[in-house]
Amino acid sequence: MTRLLLLVFLVVAVPARAQPPATNVEDPRLYEVASQLRCVVCQNLSVADSPSEMAQQMRAIVRERLAAGDSPEQVVQYFVDKYGEWILLAPRRQGFNWLVWSAPLVAVAIGLVVFAVCVRRWTGRRRARVTAAPAAAIDPAMRERIRRELELEGDR
Amino acid sequence: MTRRSLRWLLPVAALPVLALLAYGFRVNHRDIPSPLVDRPAAPFVLTSYAGEPMSLEAHRGRVVVVNFWASWCVPACYDEAPVLERNWRAYRERGVMVLGVDIQDTPEAARKFIDQFSLTFPNALDPTGKVSIDYGVYGVPETFFIDARGRIRAKHVGAVTDAIFRREVDRLLAERG
Repeated sequence: MTRLLLLVFLVVAVPARAQPPATNVEDPRLYEVASQLRCVVCQNLSVADSPSEMAQQMRAIVRERLAAGDSPEQVVQYFVDKYGEWILLAPRRQGFNWLVWSAPLVAVAIGLVVFAVCVRRWTGRRRARVTAAPAAAIDPAMRERIRRELELEGDR
Repeated sequence: MTRRSLRWLLPVAALPVLALLAYGFRVNHRDIPSPLVDRPAAPFVLTSYAGEPMSLEAHRGRVVVVNFWASWCVPACYDEAPVLERNWRAYRERGVMVLGVDIQDTPEAARKFIDQFSLTFPNALDPTGKVSIDYGVYGVPETFFIDARGRIRAKHVGAVTDAIFRREVDRLLAERG
């Protein structure tokens, strides 16, 4: 049961790799910005992927700002200023956010250690059983008899 | 590692996950703190449904309530429309302005909404969504309370009630003196 649970934990711990969405050929910078932004009226969709009116309007503003000479970083910062970091689909790699970024790696590392310890324990026990078993199975009387029989064999 | 310690390890490992879930279910996921509170309100100029310019700058020195709504926003926008109209009439003489910004809407449906509640404060369509994004709006209704100096002092998500309107506006009026 414990082994099964561990196996389930390990399988679940491997992060599912999301299919990368098709890139926008119109302007790679528009896609670069829009794909980082959360569509505010959707559930976990980026502004690049959502067909909603709000996302269309947000894309129009991104396009407008890029055309006006803003860098992609400046456009992203404009949205962060208005909505907070919540607008970013991936938290920035700084400060407290490092916890979010490192937690999956730490969890996988702990899982591997637990897995390695368990594997050693299971194989170790079996090996011990294989080597210890014959010695324990023969009782002293039988051993004495075998010894005598072998001696008789040698005398003949 | 003994078998006994392993038996304890699994439930203990589940504890942080359960704690996180318990926290997550108790938090209102719509309640996202706005970075705009205590920052200057973004200026805007729109054309109201009455055909007049509707700008924030024109009301500097007054307490301004900016309400984002849409005719398709059922039932919250329908619940708060009479509240806004009632309080606008009660407070307009005391230097309070109410501005309605209609987002992602059609003029026909919006006019019907305005007629239905006989709204007398200015309402304007935000055709490009620029104003709603400048205010970090992520749904309707959302209401911003702006002080006489043009700073956003409070944001309310969901239908405004009489109590909320009075509390926020009275506070800003008292500050103005």
